[in-house]
Amino acid sequence: MKVSLTVNERPVEADLPANTLLSDLIRGHLGLTGTHVGCDTSQCGACTVHLNGRAVKSCTILAAQAQGAAVTTIEGIGAPGNLHPMQAAFQDAHGLQCGFCTPGMIMAAIDLVQNAGPLDETKVREGLEGNLCRCTGYHNIVKAVLSAAERL
Amino acid sequence: MSDTGIGKSVKRREDIRFITGQGRYTDDITQPDQTMAVFLRSPHPRARIVSIDASAALEIPGVVGVYTGKDLSADKIGDIPCGWLVKSADGTDMLVASRPPLAVEWVNFVGETYGIVVAETLAAARAGAEAVVTEFEDLKAVATLADALGGPQIHANVPDNLCFHWELGDGAQTDAAFAAAAHVTTLELTNNRLIPNAMEPRAAVGIYDRSTEEFTLYTTSQNPHLERLILSAFVNLAPEHKLRVISPDVGGGFGSKIFVYPEETAVAWAAKQVGRPVKWTADRSEAFLSDAHGRDHITTAELAMDKDGVFLGFRVRTRANLGAYLSTFASSVPTYLYGTLLAGQYRTPAIHVAVDGVYTNTAPVDAYRGAGRPEATYVIERIVETAARELGVDPAELRRRNFIRPDQFPYQTPVALIYDTGDYEASLDKALKLVDYAGFPERRKASEARGKKRGIGLSCYIEACGLAPSQLAIQLGAGVGLYESGEVRVNPTASVTVFTGSHSHGQGHETTFAQIVSDRLGIPFENVEIVHGDTGRVEFGLGTYGSRSVAVGGSALMKATDKIIVKGKRIAAHMLDAKPEDVDFEEGIFAVRATNRKLTFGEVAFAAYVPANFPEDLEPGLSEKSFYDPKNFTFPAGTHIAEVEIDPETGVVTVAKFVAVDDFGEVINPMIVEGQVHGGIAQGIGQALLEHGVYDGMGQLVTGSFMDYCMPRADDLPNFIVDTTVTACTHNPLGVKGCGEAGAIGSPPAIINAVTDALGIRDIAMPASPERVWRAAQGL
Ligand code: FES
Ligand code: FES
Repeated sequence: MKVSLTVNERPVEADLPANTLLSDLIRGHLGLTGTHVGCDTSQCGACTVHLNGRAVKSCTILAAQAQGAAVTTIEGIGAPGNLHPMQAAFQDAHGLQCGFCTPGMIMAAIDLVQNAGPLDETKVREGLEGNLCRCTGYHNIVKAVLSAAERL
Repeated sequence: MSDTGIGKSVKRREDIRFITGQGRYTDDITQPDQTMAVFLRSPHPRARIVSIDASAALEIPGVVGVYTGKDLSADKIGDIPCGWLVKSADGTDMLVASRPPLAVEWVNFVGETYGIVVAETLAAARAGAEAVVTEFEDLKAVATLADALGGPQIHANVPDNLCFHWELGDGAQTDAAFAAAAHVTTLELTNNRLIPNAMEPRAAVGIYDRSTEEFTLYTTSQNPHLERLILSAFVNLAPEHKLRVISPDVGGGFGSKIFVYPEETAVAWAAKQVGRPVKWTADRSEAFLSDAHGRDHITTAELAMDKDGVFLGFRVRTRANLGAYLSTFASSVPTYLYGTLLAGQYRTPAIHVAVDGVYTNTAPVDAYRGAGRPEATYVIERIVETAARELGVDPAELRRRNFIRPDQFPYQTPVALIYDTGDYEASLDKALKLVDYAGFPERRKASEARGKKRGIGLSCYIEACGLAPSQLAIQLGAGVGLYESGEVRVNPTASVTVFTGSHSHGQGHETTFAQIVSDRLGIPFENVEIVHGDTGRVEFGLGTYGSRSVAVGGSALMKATDKIIVKGKRIAAHMLDAKPEDVDFEEGIFAVRATNRKLTFGEVAFAAYVPANFPEDLEPGLSEKSFYDPKNFTFPAGTHIAEVEIDPETGVVTVAKFVAVDDFGEVINPMIVEGQVHGGIAQGIGQALLEHGVYDGMGQLVTGSFMDYCMPRADDLPNFIVDTTVTACTHNPLGVKGCGEAGAIGSPPAIINAVTDALGIRDIAMPASPERVWRAAQGL
C-alpha cells in the first residue's frame, strides 16, 4: 500500500506491504539506521522516534499509521557541529557507552523535557522507564536529561 | 599537563556518531544483492532429529536455499570448540560434547540451531522456515542443575552429565583447620542464572568473493581475531588469510559476544553456497534462547574460625551449570576464574574448593560480566557477613580482623594467585564514611517509624583482571595466549594511527587509548586515531573481556609508544649530530641534553619519511608494534555498601543508598571508569533483585522476553555514590588494574546482605523479588 509522510522534514512516498512497521520503513527503506531495534515486544525503546512531536516506539506502529504524519528520527534533530542540546548533554554527562539505546533514549528524553512539566530525578527515572539501557546504569542518563532540561 | 592526558575526564570522541545516529552496527550494514537468513531452531529441550523435509520451503517465492547440519558436515565444517581444556581432579580431561554449528542428529536445548533458511527477504525467509517440516523424537530432558547428576544422559560420551570434577587447594589442610575451629558457619547458596541482554542483538553479515576465495564476516564480536582463529583452525570455514572478520560498532557485550556462535558460522558458510551476501540479525526472542547465559551455580560453603573470628579454613562445594554444550570459555569460568578467587581479601590459610561442571538441556552458560568472580565474591561475602552475625561481631570489624594487610604484599593465596598490591582497609574506611555507617541506626529508626524495614550490607570484593600470563594459562588448559597487540603508526605529518587488538563495545577505547598515546608522545589528542575491530587492519589481538583492555591492551600501546620514542631519539640524534643516549624526549620535544639543540616530534616524524641522509643502520619510517604479555593478573578490589528499605506490605526493595569504593590502580579517564562502575552495579543489582533466567521442569525457557525477564529500568535504581582509592598495579607500565566488571562483582552480596539484615533472616534467594521478600517479611 502507498504511504506518504514526512521524515525529518523530507517528504516520503513509499509503496509498502501493509504489515510494514514504521521502524522497518525508517531503517530498511529510508536507510536511517540511527533508529535501532532492540526487542520484539515493545519493551526496550531503542526504536523511539517522534511522531507529530511526541515520542513513539516505531516498532509498535505500522508505517501505514503514520500516513500524513511528521516523523522525526535521531538524524533529524541535530548533527555533528550542530547538536541538539539533548545530544550534547548526553555526551557531556557520559550518558552513553555502547550507544545502542542512545538514539531512542534521546528521543524519549526530549519528549519528556518538552511535555512532562518540571522534572526532578524521580520524574526523569519514571519518565524513561520505557527505555532500557544495559550499559550505563542510568545514573548519567538521568544527569544528562536534567542538565538538558535546564538548557532547553 | 594537557587536559586530554592520562588521568583526565576527556569527553568521548566516539559519542558524536552515537548521539547523532551515525553509529554503524552490524545490522546497519547492507550489501548489494544481500539475502536474509532465518534459523531453524529446536522447539524441544532434547530430541533426535528423525527427518527434515525442506521441499515445501523451497517452493516458497523468494526462498534461495535451505541448509541443515548434514550440508555443513558434508562440506567438512567442524564442531564449534571450547577454548579451555580443564582437567578433573583425577587428572583426566573434561568430557567435551560435540557441538556442530547446525545440529545433525541431536538437539539439546530449546533454540538450538539445526538449519538455516536463506531468502530474498526476511519475510520470505520466515515463511520458508515455517514451511520446513521436521520430525523429532522427543526425549526426556535435564532441565535444571539439581536434576543433572543421575538424570537422563544427554551426551553419549558423558556419563552422569558430569563434564569435569575440578578441585583446587589443600583438602587435608582445610579439614585440619575445620577440626581445630571454635566456630563454623555454613551456608547453602544459589547463584541465579542470568541472561546477558546486551541491547544490540547478535548479528552477522557473511560475504564471499568467488574471485579471491575470500570471506568477509561482519559480526557482533568482542574479539574478531579470536573469531577468525577459531573459524579457521577448528571450524574449517576458510584459511585465516582468506577470512576477514570485522566487528563494527557493537552495542554492548558483557561477555556474551566473546564467543563463537553457530549463527555467524552458518551465515558465512551460506554466503559461499548462495553466492550472495547473507545477513542475519537475532530478534530478542532468539537472543534470550541462544546467547550464552551466565552464572547458575549451587554452592555449599563452610567457614572455620577461631574464637576471635579469625578465619582458619574455607571449604566450598559447587555445582555449575554449563548448559547443553561447552561455549568458548565455559569451562574456565567456574574453575580458574572462580576457585582461584576464593581467598577474597582475607588471610584464610587453608582453602579447598571442588566444582562439578555439569551438562543440562539448557542454553550454554559462559562468561557474563565478572565471569566466575561474582560467583566467588557472592560465596565469600555472604558467608563472612553471616559469620559476623553469628558471632555477634560488627561485619566491618570481622572483615578488618581478617584482611590481608598492606605490608603482606605480594601475597600468595592458598588458591594459586599472587596478589601484587592492595589496601583493603582504605577502601572499607572510605566506603563506611560515604555511606555514613555510624548514622545507620538512626536511619533505621526513621524507616521503622514509617512502617518500613531498613538494612545495610557490606561486600569487600577482590577480582582478577587481565587474565595472565600466557605461559601459565596455556599450562592450565587455555587454547590461546593472553597477551595483547598494539601498533603505533606515526604518519609523515606526525598524526598517529593506532591499531589495537582490543575491541570497544561501549568502553570508550577510542578516547582512552588516544589519551594514552597522545600523552606519551606529547602530541594533540585530536591527532591520534584508534583503529580496532577489524582483522584486515589490525595485525592480531585477543579482544576485550575480563576487564583487560587498558591493563593489557593499553600496556601494549605503552610499549609500542616507548619504541617510537627510542627510534625517534635515534633519528633526532642523527639530525642533531648527537648520541641517542644524550637525547631526551619530553612533551613532544627531542632535545640534546645540556644544549639548546632540539627537534619537535613533527620534525622527527617528517624526517623519518623523508630521510635525506640517513646512515645505513637507521631505517626510514616511524612505526612500531608490541605484543604485551602481562606477568600476572591485576587485582582490583574494593568495598561496596548497600542500604535498602523494604516495604513489608508489598515486598518491594528500594535501594536507598549504594556506595562503591574501588581500587582500580591508576585511572586513565575517571569519567569513563565511573560509567563502567555504574553499569556494573546496575547489572549486579539486577542480579540481586530482579533478573532470573528460568527453565521450567520440562526444559522450556520461561523467561524468554523482556516481559518475563526483569531488566533493571531507570526507576529501579538509585544514583550511585562512587569513589576510588589507589594502589598502583606493580607489574604493568600504566599501573592500572581494570574496572569493567567490579560493579557486577561487588554489588550482589552487598544487596543481599542488606536485604537479609533488614528482614533479620539468614538467607534469601536471588533475585530477592517482591514476592520472595514479602513472604520472608510475613514469615511465610
Ligand atoms: S524495538 Fe521498539 S521497543 Fe524494542
Ligand atoms: S549505552 Fe549501551 S545500552 Fe545504553
